[in-house]
Amino acid sequence: MATAAATAHDAHAHHPTGWRRWVLSTNHKDIGTMYLIFGLVAGLIGGALSIAMRLELQEPGLQYFTNPQTYNVFVTGHGLIMVFFLVMPTLIGGFGNWFVPIMIGAPDMAFPRMNNISFWLLPSSFALLLISLFVEGAPGSNGFGGGWTVYPPLSTSGHPGPALDFGILSLHIAGASSILGAINFITTILNMRAPGMTLHKMPLFAWGMLVTAFLLLLSLPVLAGAITMLLTDRNFGTTFFDPAGGGDPVLYQHLFWFFGHPEVYIMILPAFGIVSHIISTFSRKPIFGYLGMAYAMVAIGAVGFVVWAHHMYTAGLSLDTQRYFVFATMVIAVPTGVKVFSWIATMWGGSIRFTAPMTWAIGFIFLFTVGGVTGVVLANAGVDRQLHNTYYVVAHFHYVLSLGAVFGIFAAWYYWFPKMSGYVIPDWIGRLHFWIAFVGANLLFFPMHFTGLAGMPRHYVDYPDAFAGWNRISSIGSYIFALGLLVFFYGVFVAFSRKERAGDNPWGAGATTLEWTLSSPPPFHQFETLPRITGSDH
Amino acid sequence: MAEAHVKNHDYHLVDPSPWPFVGSISAFVTAVGAIMWMKTLAIGGLHAGPVLFGAGFIGILYTMFSWWGDVINEAEYKHDHTRVVQLSHRYGMIMFIASEVMFFVAWFWAYFDASLFANEAKQFARFEFTGGHWPPKGIEVFNPFHLPLLNTLILLTSGTTVTWAHHALLHNDRNGLKWGLILTVILGALFSVVQGYEYAHAHFAFKGSIYGSTFFMATGFHGFHVLIGTIFLLVCLIRALRGHFSPKQHLGFEFAAWYWHFVDVVWLFLFVAIYLWGSNWGAAAGVAAAH
Repeated sequence: MATAAATAHDAHAHHPTGWRRWVLSTNHKDIGTMYLIFGLVAGLIGGALSIAMRLELQEPGLQYFTNPQTYNVFVTGHGLIMVFFLVMPTLIGGFGNWFVPIMIGAPDMAFPRMNNISFWLLPSSFALLLISLFVEGAPGSNGFGGGWTVYPPLSTSGHPGPALDFGILSLHIAGASSILGAINFITTILNMRAPGMTLHKMPLFAWGMLVTAFLLLLSLPVLAGAITMLLTDRNFGTTFFDPAGGGDPVLYQHLFWFFGHPEVYIMILPAFGIVSHIISTFSRKPIFGYLGMAYAMVAIGAVGFVVWAHHMYTAGLSLDTQRYFVFATMVIAVPTGVKVFSWIATMWGGSIRFTAPMTWAIGFIFLFTVGGVTGVVLANAGVDRQLHNTYYVVAHFHYVLSLGAVFGIFAAWYYWFPKMSGYVIPDWIGRLHFWIAFVGANLLFFPMHFTGLAGMPRHYVDYPDAFAGWNRISSIGSYIFALGLLVFFYGVFVAFSRKERAGDNPWGAGATTLEWTLSSPPPFHQFETLPRITGSDH
Repeated sequence: MAEAHVKNHDYHLVDPSPWPFVGSISAFVTAVGAIMWMKTLAIGGLHAGPVLFGAGFIGILYTMFSWWGDVINEAEYKHDHTRVVQLSHRYGMIMFIASEVMFFVAWFWAYFDASLFANEAKQFARFEFTGGHWPPKGIEVFNPFHLPLLNTLILLTSGTTVTWAHHALLHNDRNGLKWGLILTVILGALFSVVQGYEYAHAHFAFKGSIYGSTFFMATGFHGFHVLIGTIFLLVCLIRALRGHFSPKQHLGFEFAAWYWHFVDVVWLFLFVAIYLWGSNWGAAAGVAAAH
């Protein structure tokens, strides 16, 4: 057996140990593990900020935030941390690093050393963001409270203190990390697939990562330009966003959302890939409409670049511009529909096993679809005039991200944990975690549709008494979701304390991708002899 | 199986390296130093901004020097760069340049947002500033057919000299390689000098005006890329003098040339958009000069 040989082999090899193994790493699996741990820690911090927000909003009136600006600092910190330091590091850096090379039959990433700086730039970037919470932003209070979109003039004359400068340079460094990572993934996927693995035989997770990497590569530099303009407007007297000097604050919104909208797909496309594998594995059927699934992601990525201004319907765009962006945005529902229906068609007639990862994946499909449907509602410029900056929008993007991307992360975690660690998390723990999270998250976010439709605006520390009921339910939901995290950690604890060994392929005949042909955990360097792909499986 | 670590493929499994970690710490120190400097912050009464910034920046330069030194070693002496690895490097460099192109898109976007819509009535504050036309009222722009045209010719000529060096290398003409590179580096440096001279004689300010903002930031970032490209070519020259590069394998040189052409093309867009069209094809500059 090739696998046995590889393992035997591994025992002989000399590898760095101790701290050197991690700090100096050039191994995609070790770097992936560091990304996962980093994402977990950052996610707990970002999650704690959101619990603080829900504690405050549980009752009308001011409870904990004596300075309302601090509440907005928490909102901003929560958003930036969850986007840049939880979802992206976990899905792209963590699972992408771990499984893209393995799934395409490569021994490592194309640029193993650059891979490591992609990771190590993140703690630096995160540290800058955390510092920004504790230095002056708006006069007399700490941190930046203008939301993750950082619109001027709130981000220029509104926050003269150094807090946002820390935020801007944090984003520059996080962006550099992601661009280098994107170059690495594109090169790895295009140049290092095993002999016989054509692009049309490549696993869908690799497809998702390929499209994601292109979105990162082409959108992040534009954000870098935008926040550089912010930096010079703030510190060096340029007037890019200041009408008094001939500038235009809406220019910032264009530049930001030219990045920000692809960013939405950057966060969800890897989860699309992961869910496809899980649905296929536990339905014991190949994915329905493989090519359609792959090209639907390509289409979502491409169209995702030309819909950005649907975030700006209330910014004074001309009606013709709005008409175009309404139409273009709705077009994205088509490839997204292809994906949802193909997942359902994959399950249709399959011998389905409701294991923990499968439960999470099905939950993902349901919740993501809810978020997608409200997205079609918000795509209408006329409707958005009413809903812009209300809790309806908060509900929408949390259904696709907090319930979409994050459920994708947990699905991947329960699916690949045995492969990564070699140990088993008892299936009931994963399923219990799912049900607690599912109930909690829906209690948390579904009522926001109602408060939003009723006109409750976001980014406020307080609200009229009329919204008290649904807000209390939302807060209770957030505590239930947090309780679920205790079950999650219990599962990890059980796995590492019982040390029940996972087999090479714990999921049976439905799991056909290359990672299941390796030992659990895989050898330090897998595929020292490249696998040859002959069948038509993907 | 007795012999450790048999590798039956041509990929390059890179040895563990300290440079990514050192580079990232340096980036952190540079960022903190830059902010403390800009905002004149002090830690314990000490205005450490410039010092931290300098230390971090030296760390970044040291990281680049050591990291790329390792890469050159791996290429020239360890022969780690097989055909497939070289192909990876080509993909990587193309992707890097693509991301750089998108960075310049942001600056052109800012420029066209201001110049194409200088007369948009509903942006009344801007209208008041620009006077409803571009270049904005009171801005005395450069004559595009003066130094900017000269710089265009310098860069285009440097594009031919670097191609000369490349062809010489392909035909194993080391002398041609050497002189082609020397001329390219000189032309690159000349461009920067002319650009610096032009900046020093600008009749509009960097501060307080969208014209100065877009002009200096767009051409400034281009100028910064010219400096990087010149250093890249200078490194290639030094390597060529040390006998590096063969007619078959010289990716470092090729990438410097690609990068140089990228810088060249960005300049052509800047020249046409900002200097030529932005002065009504020279008319605005002529009027200004006549006054």
